[in-house]
Amino acid sequence: MKKSTKRICSLVLIALAVVLLFILDGHKNEQGMLISILQKSAILAIVAVAMNLLNGFTGLFSLGQAGFMSIGAYVTAILMIPVASLDGVYYMNGVAPGIRSLKEAMEAGPAWLQATYPFLALIAGGLIAAAFAALIGIPVLRLKSDYLAIATLGFSEIIRAIFSSPQMDTITNGSYGLNKVPAFPKLFGLPVLFTPFIIAAVCIALMVLLISSTYGRAFKAIREDEIAAEAMGVNLFKHKQLSFVISSFFTAISGGLLAMFMRSIEAKTFSITLTYDILLIVVIGGIGSVTGSVLSAFLVTASKEWWLRFFDQPLVIGGWEISLFRTGFRMVVFSVLLMVVVLFYRRGLMGDKEFSWDGLVRLLKKPFARRAPAGAKGGAGHE
Amino acid sequence: MSLTTILQHCLTGISLGGAYALIAIGYTMVYGILRLINFAHGDIFMMAGYFMIFAMASMPWPLAIPLIILGTVVLGVVIERAAYKPLRTAPRMSIMISAIGVSYLLQNLATYLFTAIPKGYPEIPFLKRIFKIGDLSASLVTFITPVLTIVLVLLLMTLINHTKVGMAMRAVSKDFETSRLMGIKINTIISITFVIGSALAAVGSILYFTDRMSVTPFSGTLPGLKCFVAAVFGGIGSIPGAVVGGFVIGICETLLVAMGYSTFSDAFTFLLLIVMLLFRPTGLFGEKSTDKV
Repeated sequence: MKKSTKRICSLVLIALAVVLLFILDGHKNEQGMLISILQKSAILAIVAVAMNLLNGFTGLFSLGQAGFMSIGAYVTAILMIPVASLDGVYYMNGVAPGIRSLKEAMEAGPAWLQATYPFLALIAGGLIAAAFAALIGIPVLRLKSDYLAIATLGFSEIIRAIFSSPQMDTITNGSYGLNKVPAFPKLFGLPVLFTPFIIAAVCIALMVLLISSTYGRAFKAIREDEIAAEAMGVNLFKHKQLSFVISSFFTAISGGLLAMFMRSIEAKTFSITLTYDILLIVVIGGIGSVTGSVLSAFLVTASKEWWLRFFDQPLVIGGWEISLFRTGFRMVVFSVLLMVVVLFYRRGLMGDKEFSWDGLVRLLKKPFARRAPAGAKGGAGHE
Repeated sequence: MSLTTILQHCLTGISLGGAYALIAIGYTMVYGILRLINFAHGDIFMMAGYFMIFAMASMPWPLAIPLIILGTVVLGVVIERAAYKPLRTAPRMSIMISAIGVSYLLQNLATYLFTAIPKGYPEIPFLKRIFKIGDLSASLVTFITPVLTIVLVLLLMTLINHTKVGMAMRAVSKDFETSRLMGIKINTIISITFVIGSALAAVGSILYFTDRMSVTPFSGTLPGLKCFVAAVFGGIGSIPGAVVGGFVIGICETLLVAMGYSTFSDAFTFLLLIVMLLFRPTGLFGEKSTDKV
């Protein structure tokens, strides 16, 4: 396929997505379910790509995603809750005076500045998470694969314990969690519906740029062989730290978006299970493929929240109720699916390849070709 | 805090530590041989809790206990055969993801089969009998746990140091290929490791849940992670290390809870892990390992 054709195809795809979003915006009330699934998928796509940046491209198996997401979510939520509803939210223990005065100062600002607050809050969450990552990266990144996994997992548990502890009651509202978080703000005068998608697209584009830069090459070198990379002059610690910090930054932004999406957060949301859910997306999409992660974020979320809902409903066939189908069966099916992917399709949807139009064409042609070309197996191939 | 209260808490801590030690052995043995953090181990422990609930519903405890140990062992071996064996030659990240997948599956399966509502753990009347020593009072299980742990560990140490199977285990943990060349059936040895680990987890679950009285599908996650920390603390691959680690974490946790920092007791465990990995990555009794290029 010619380069210009490919470019046209990509533009058409983007235009279609935008048109679809406009149509959805017009039918906001009937399509609430679809909209919320798409928004959640976009949010999870950010964190999945961020996890992939760390696990798939730098080879650092980190399981601290839930912790960084909770930092982002809490910072965003604390900064965003309007002063008027502070007393309602912190009804048990009151709010720390520092936070109240900060928020009062924020609300005294000019209107144009106030419009940027949601985005500043997201970035603030990201920066705080990045600072934490830089701090704990110093000891933790010296560890090898599985120790790193357990140490980051432990870190995320520590964060959760701190956020839900009674000592933090006036800041994080302890185990009661925060609510009344304002929903997504408007961006570029487009409907509110667009905001999470635009932010997700920008975040993912930034990470793709990073991956294809010289830094990205250094990351891949570290993934393939640390010692060889070091011999070639890659500063191991600096690059690992960079990858860890940037991944945490975007993870926290996705956490902040999640807070705006859910409107209320509590420490329980950010348990180990959340990290596992993200890992599931990354594994199904293919470790080391950005497009795989994005695609799988949408597929997994849609099937989990929507297509496979019927697994949880009692199924009646010809008057007989099948007792297999009840609450929780959906998640069992999901975990079995994950195990099948892990054991038999270790490459996931895309392996470590990226989506390309050539690959798609090859995939579509495959059933008609006399013999499938080798290498096209398991999703779209490379250019 | 009076001396009696402190001693009382220490007693509870030692009892909790004993249960942790038994679970930590499962981690340390599997890690010693497969170099894999068996994330599913905590969930095997949780499943053993559920097995006990169902076994006790229909039979007396002397019959139920051997049965659930058997059930847990079968579960452990099936998991090893189905989820870890096909990935022997795969990169370490895949097998770790597989372990996480099994853990995810067991949790979801338990939620599906037994619902997420906590289920009451059956009482074994004779374990619950209250004993008094001076001002201290505790149920029998509190006294039995450390004793039972020590006895089981001594038995295990004898098995590892003085039998052929134990020798084969030590060989496999040193070098996969060479031990295969020496005629050791690696898969059998790995299965035996899982048998021992799961059986100890089952015993640990009886001791742990008798004190806590209820089981949920997620009650295995945190104890599992803590026991892994215990194994790392003691030096991964070392059985006495795992036991010492289990007791240290159990006692520290109980004392923290007693001092009113219960929300931080979990955090403390992981802090201990990070500090330990920083200053002595091989743990208290671990062997020094060198990286080969």
